[in-house]
Order: sequence, then C-alpha cells, then structure tokens
Amino acid sequence: MNKQTVAYDSKVEGEVIVTRADAVINWIRKNSVWPMPMGLACCAIELMAAGGSRFDISRFGMEVMRFSPRQADCMIVAGTVTYKMAEVVRRIYEQMGDPKWVVAMGACASSGGMYRSYATLQGVDRVVPVDVYVSGCPPRPEALLDAMIKLQEKIKNENSVKNLLTKHPIKKIRKDAVS
Amino acid sequence: MSEIEKSELLDRFTYLSERESSDHLALNCPAEQLIEFCTVLRDEFQFDLLLDVTAIDWDVATPRFTGVYHFYSTVKQMYLRVASDCVDNIKPTLPSLVPLYSAADWHERETYDLMGIHYEGHPNLKRILMWDSYPYHPLRKDFPLAGIETPLPAEDVVEQTNLQVSAAPMMGGPFVSSGDGKMSQTEPKAKDESWNEEKGK
Repeated sequence: MNKQTVAYDSKVEGEVIVTRADAVINWIRKNSVWPMPMGLACCAIELMAAGGSRFDISRFGMEVMRFSPRQADCMIVAGTVTYKMAEVVRRIYEQMGDPKWVVAMGACASSGGMYRSYATLQGVDRVVPVDVYVSGCPPRPEALLDAMIKLQEKIKNENSVKNLLTKHPIKKIRKDAVS
Repeated sequence: MSEIEKSELLDRFTYLSERESSDHLALNCPAEQLIEFCTVLRDEFQFDLLLDVTAIDWDVATPRFTGVYHFYSTVKQMYLRVASDCVDNIKPTLPSLVPLYSAADWHERETYDLMGIHYEGHPNLKRILMWDSYPYHPLRKDFPLAGIETPLPAEDVVEQTNLQVSAAPMMGGPFVSSGDGKMSQTEPKAKDESWNEEKGK
C-alpha cells in the first residue's frame, strides 16, 4: 500500500482542524435534527415505527422527538391536514425557531391524497414551506428515513453562516390557486 | 322486537306507522310526538341505548329531510330504527333527544353541522366538525363534494399564507367501485378517466 498523504498532521500542527464554518454548522445541524411529530392520521403510526428499534431513526441523530415546537427544528407532517387543522399547523410552524424544515409525509400531506373533498387541504405546502415530500399511503418507515437522509443532504448545502449573519430567509409556500 | 310488542306499540300509538326495512324493525314517528314516543321506548320498552342520530336528504322530494334514530335494548338485545320527517324544508327542525339520552348531544351536533337539522331544545347546538363560521352543510345533496370557495376564519394565518377553502380537483371523480366481478377489475374508478394516460393507450 502506498503511504497516504494526509493533509493534516496533528504531530506537526496540533489538535486543530481547518474547515469552513458552513461545513461545521451544517454538519452539526444535519446530525442533530430534532423532529416535531405533527401526527394527524395513520402516517403517524409509521412515524412511530421509524422511531422504534427495528428502523431506529436515532442512527441519524433524529430520535429526539419534541412535542414542543420551541425545541424542534423539523416538522414532520404525518397525515391528512383538514382546513380546520391548517391554521394550527401554520401556527405551530411559526412557533418553531429558525432554522426549520418541513417534511410532508405521505400522500395526504403532500397533495390531499385520496381526500378530494370539501374538508381537506390539498397539500400542506399551501400553508408551510415543504422541504421534502414522501410518497406512499402511508409511507413505510424506510421511506421516511430516506426522506430524512435527503433532508440531511439539503441541510448540508445551506448557506448557514450567511443566514446567521443576515436576516434568516423566509421560505416560500406554494401560491397557486386550486381550480 | 317480538311481534307482540310491535303490534302493542302500533296499537298504543296511532300516529306510528311501520317503515320499510331490510333488517330491523323500523317505525315512522311524526316530529311532534317523537319525545313522547322515545320516553316510552326508554322507560317501558327498555331501549336504553341511543346508538345513532343521523338524517337523510331526499333532495327534491317533500319532506326533504328525515331524521333517523337507532335504538338498542341491552336487556332484550334488539335494535329499533325510528324515522321522523322534518316538516319544514327550508329550516328542518326536530325535537332534541338530549333530555332523554345524553348520547344524543354530539350526534345531534354532527347532524346539525353536516345536514343542517335544527334540534330544538339542544343545550349547545353548534358545529362539531366544521368551524363555527362555516356557511354550508356539506352532506346535503346540493353541496358539491369538492367543496365551495370559503374564507378561512383565522385572519393571521390567511394574512401569512393567502389560504382559503377552494374546490378540490376531482379528476373525474368521485371514485366508485362497480361492485360486482373480480376484485382486480372493480377497483374504484372515476367516470371520466380522460386524464389517465392508461386510457389513452
């Protein structure tokens, strides 16, 4: 084996790591996502399964489910959002501190799903900005984990320093009118 | 219910009439006598459980609305259905059964919410599923399944999101199963499937 050239030699340079602030902040954020389970229907059961030992969401540092929006930074909307519930979802989202992300879990949260009716909001992206959509009715826990890993990839590429130093950008929600 | 009790009921209350039914005994009772009849049902005929309060919208027919009650006797283990026509088509009204059966409370609120039946004497007749300022009764025949454009009550959320209730895209729906035949061929389908690329092939 060839002797590998190491960019950093602790014997020479001491216990110092040179990197970018963005990389460090994003690395910390992506491995300590604290989800807020917005469990509204059967998707919440799969969400609970994802937290159990078989699927074990804690492998990705996301097991700290917080039921208070103040302590959470990723809202997982798991279930059917009715118009009556939409305002509650929005208020809870507003109570979360920045930076915050939203995962629309399952067909109902993403698009209204099979509920084409007077009572159901046709996609939670009309009240909160969604980062990752998960298909399925309900999605299997693996699908949720896949979505959360995709969210980690998204967090990894954010301009976190710029967002810290300036006013945190407000993410846009979907604006088109449903016909 | 035994035949004896049925004829006893029909003899004692001349305003009752037997209603067509494919399962349990069903009786028609005029709205004015409903309280009197249900009191006797509960106290003398041991129908101690009110299972369900609902209503039927007959659309263009008169009377348009019929209130339906399902009673169960835990003593005799029997069901009884009582139907009561609402005299007024514009503001359908029935007497509230809450003084007799506390189970009627939320059932009547739901029927008021979705069908618009007013239950006179209900202690707290307000909407239970839709929000208080919602202007329609969605299970009525003249209400479209997709919904009608309606403003949302939460002003702060509307200001932030511009959200309002809008008609859901039906895509040729509602999706219904044809019912008979193989399960693989009777999956729920819309009447108009022109949007479906499978049909174009």
